[in-house]
Amino acid sequence: MNRISAFSAFALMMTSAAAFADTVTVVTSFPRDLTDPFKAAFEAAHPGTTLEVVSRNTNAAVSHLQETRSANTIDLMWASAPDAFEVLKEEELLAKVDVKFEGIPDVIGGYPVHDPDGTYFGFAASGYGIMYNTRYVQANDLPIAREWEDLKRAEYNGHVAMSSPSRSGTTHLTVETVLQGEGWDQGWATWKWISGNMNTVTERSFGVPDAVNSGATGFGIVIDFFGLASKASGFPVELVYPSVTAIVPANIGIIANAPNPEGAKQFVEFLLSPDGQKVLLDPAIMRLPVDPKIYASAPDGFPNPFSEEFAPGAIEFDVDKSGVRYNLVNSLFDVLVTYRLDDLRGAVAAVQKAEAAHADTGNKEAAALIAEARALIEAMPITEAEAQDPAFTQVFTISRAEPGTEVVGRQAEIEQAWDSFAVENYRKAKELADQATAMK
Amino acid sequence: MPNTSQTASSGFTLFPRLSGAAVAGILIAIFLMAFLILPVAQVIYVAFLEARTGSFTLQNFQDFFSTTLFRESFVNSFYVSLMSVVVATVIALPLAYITTRFNFGGAAVIQALGVIPLIMPPFVGAVAMSLLFGRNGSINLLLNQYLGFRIPFMEGLNGVILVQSIHYFPFILINLSASLRNIDRSMEEAAQNLGSYGMRMFRRIVFPLAMPGYLAGAALVFIKVFDDLGTPLLLNVNNMLAPQAYLRITGVGINDPMGYVISFILVAFSVFSLWVSFLFMRGKDYATVQKGGGGLSRRDLKPREKWLAWGVILLILAMVLSPHIGLLLLAFGTIWSFSPLPDGFTVQHFGTIFTQSSQYVWNTLVYAGSAAVVDVVLGTAIAYIVIRTGLPGRKWLDYMATAALAVPGVVLGIGYLRMFHGIQLPFGLGQMSSFWGIIIVALAVRRLPYALRACMAALQQVALSLEEAAESLGASRSSTIRRIVVPLMTGGILAGFVTSFATAAVELSATIMLVGRSSDAPLAYGIYLYMQSPAGRGPGAALGILAVVIVAVGTYLSQRIIERERARQTMTGDQH
Repeated sequence: MNRISAFSAFALMMTSAAAFADTVTVVTSFPRDLTDPFKAAFEAAHPGTTLEVVSRNTNAAVSHLQETRSANTIDLMWASAPDAFEVLKEEELLAKVDVKFEGIPDVIGGYPVHDPDGTYFGFAASGYGIMYNTRYVQANDLPIAREWEDLKRAEYNGHVAMSSPSRSGTTHLTVETVLQGEGWDQGWATWKWISGNMNTVTERSFGVPDAVNSGATGFGIVIDFFGLASKASGFPVELVYPSVTAIVPANIGIIANAPNPEGAKQFVEFLLSPDGQKVLLDPAIMRLPVDPKIYASAPDGFPNPFSEEFAPGAIEFDVDKSGVRYNLVNSLFDVLVTYRLDDLRGAVAAVQKAEAAHADTGNKEAAALIAEARALIEAMPITEAEAQDPAFTQVFTISRAEPGTEVVGRQAEIEQAWDSFAVENYRKAKELADQATAMK
Repeated sequence: MPNTSQTASSGFTLFPRLSGAAVAGILIAIFLMAFLILPVAQVIYVAFLEARTGSFTLQNFQDFFSTTLFRESFVNSFYVSLMSVVVATVIALPLAYITTRFNFGGAAVIQALGVIPLIMPPFVGAVAMSLLFGRNGSINLLLNQYLGFRIPFMEGLNGVILVQSIHYFPFILINLSASLRNIDRSMEEAAQNLGSYGMRMFRRIVFPLAMPGYLAGAALVFIKVFDDLGTPLLLNVNNMLAPQAYLRITGVGINDPMGYVISFILVAFSVFSLWVSFLFMRGKDYATVQKGGGGLSRRDLKPREKWLAWGVILLILAMVLSPHIGLLLLAFGTIWSFSPLPDGFTVQHFGTIFTQSSQYVWNTLVYAGSAAVVDVVLGTAIAYIVIRTGLPGRKWLDYMATAALAVPGVVLGIGYLRMFHGIQLPFGLGQMSSFWGIIIVALAVRRLPYALRACMAALQQVALSLEEAAESLGASRSSTIRRIVVPLMTGGILAGFVTSFATAAVELSATIMLVGRSSDAPLAYGIYLYMQSPAGRGPGAALGILAVVIVAVGTYLSQRIIERERARQTMTGDQH
């Protein structure tokens, strides 16, 4: 069996290498709006070479590459989420290629642009922002939220949307940025209060800009190009960058055993060249170039992550810290927020109501109840130290766990414990807040 | 008609009679093993492995049952499925009854329109629905503006039930209509002679006789809703089983065994519900002997009844076609944001898709058409083997085929990649896993349960005595099947073809794993590409409209064929 597949893989490599020498095949999660201009520009710069674009969402693309590694037909993986590239790299599905480029810094907004081991390269940067629908804001008479902190306020209850970090690598980075910027306990508290104001946690990252564009929700926590491109397509939306943000590169990597490694390298070098970088300024794409020179020719009002005034509070993003607890943070967010959104919303709304009722009554007893309720909502089932402990985190990456590490418990078991912790706390918090409200 | 095949095949009667059926049964079993069971098993066996050591364990199942979230999800899924069957029945019953019982202008149109909800392309349906019914959709914006309140159509489980019953009621409508048409008029006349009329006759005679069709449809709706993940995901409801499985299987780099445990439980529960629907049917004979009557007698409606009927039908159609109305507005609208209607109208989106769509359309027709043909052939064969032969283990063909309903498209897609990757096809067709033919196989396997249920219901209504009569007149088994059984099943087979074709035309979850080149992509894939960006919403909706129109025309044409066939049979029947 093995011999047969090895043989057919060999045969395929021979045939495809001979037949498609001038075709570069790229698998991507990017929309046509982005790939079409790049295809046109690349083919114009390299006459005779064709760029074949295969569109899959990131998950499908990664699974496809994993399943077809024995006879790979894809030259390049081209997508946003850095975590997808980390997975591919760990499984040795990415080739280490010496790609030539110049003028691109190593770090952008505290985040490394390229993989230090040279298996994938950042070609565009993206920040996170708050996107809002101007008609919605006007109709509901809401002030504009400019900081993450603003979204915690009671007036935004039911007006916010975000996608789940486990579904969207970009949202994960937003969550992690706030956790690193404000610290574990304070960061989670921020997310719980914001989430209590949400009307939905979507399962697709594009679900958020879709909801804001159609006016289903007022504010969305999104990666910037969704907001910029929506605005460019004519929707009544705006985007603001909060002062604490993370800048993350969108990436491209060459697949190991690529049928056309030379063509693949050509395409990567094109993306990183000034000509390729300029394509990013296309109104339907609106991603931030990683080459600082390009901003000179950018339209007015185009955000420049290399400028002084851009996101002054941008933090030094600790990639290692984020990597260790990657799946744990996703799972924790889903258990505490996504799957229990109704419970959390109920508790948060009850606290907001109690606080409004006692804003100036000066009732000490009620204030104590409210403080207790707040503490219950903010309580975390695990500490930061536990979240960094490999014995614990590797429960969530069981298939890729280091053989030497002794893991404790199973994911389902731990999630069940967190779940009862959250449900019980939210219930109690709501009860206490309701008691406080009733106290006149 | 000349009897040419009779002499040729009578020579084979020396062999055991069942041999033909047995060979067919074995071939079908091999097909299902190769393209359904083994690929899925390759993915799902993880459910039985200890995640760390890889040894066999049942621990994961214990974890499933001791997790509150999963137990709640199970209850939610069950509740939503049951309620969807109820609401779908409320929608389908009047449509089926009015169009088959009365002389009603435009019955064919209504039956064709009734299929259209099935062909809501992915991604577009929920967007269109929430633009109309969502918290800030057209209806709620107007309600809020003029009356000061909102109706939570789309909140939580309610939204799932609403969307699912609007989406899947055609399963009940199609199967129930086919059954109603197959009821012999003499039954009705006998009831009338004995003094039964109106609702009483419907309750005691007509509906019980149409039971196989109704149950076939209701079981499909139940299982489909139970296993469906697209709708809850798009409505962001995740406290149900199928979305839980999906979320745990598809995270990048996550290998949570619980996802596979849930998938296994979904498959097992689907087979279980099917078995329950068999229990209901057991010991009852639904076949009618005479095929002279050509369905229930139709009578004319009195003018007032006609208005009432039209009123009911138009109300239902307005409701079930609302996603398509939303889709139309999206496709022709410019910007539609926080307002009851789009800001302006344009045909530009159709211009955008015009150049690229012909390849998509052609691929879709080829894939969905071939898949539906494969489905009705297999469906008829399996139905015949299960109902008419005594082959050991024949029920398992049915269970196996139906289990496909519960297999998430991604699981099947990954299974195919695992099974068929690296297998080189001859004639320069390339690798088996990236060959476009594999998409047809995947679609056929995924849509086989629809065709199968329709064929089973149709065959249950054909009396065995008709075949015995044919055989005692000297017809061989094969010519009996060809001349008697299949023609009598035509309505059901076509119903199966239509459902398979219509739903295969908008399938995405398995195809997105298997499309190897953009030139092999079907329509649903094109819609997916557009719907990933803000500027693509209009063109994506326009492409969706194109898909709906194509399938609607196909459905209408096959409906016409059914009607013509029916008319022909009635005429020849009346001569005897």
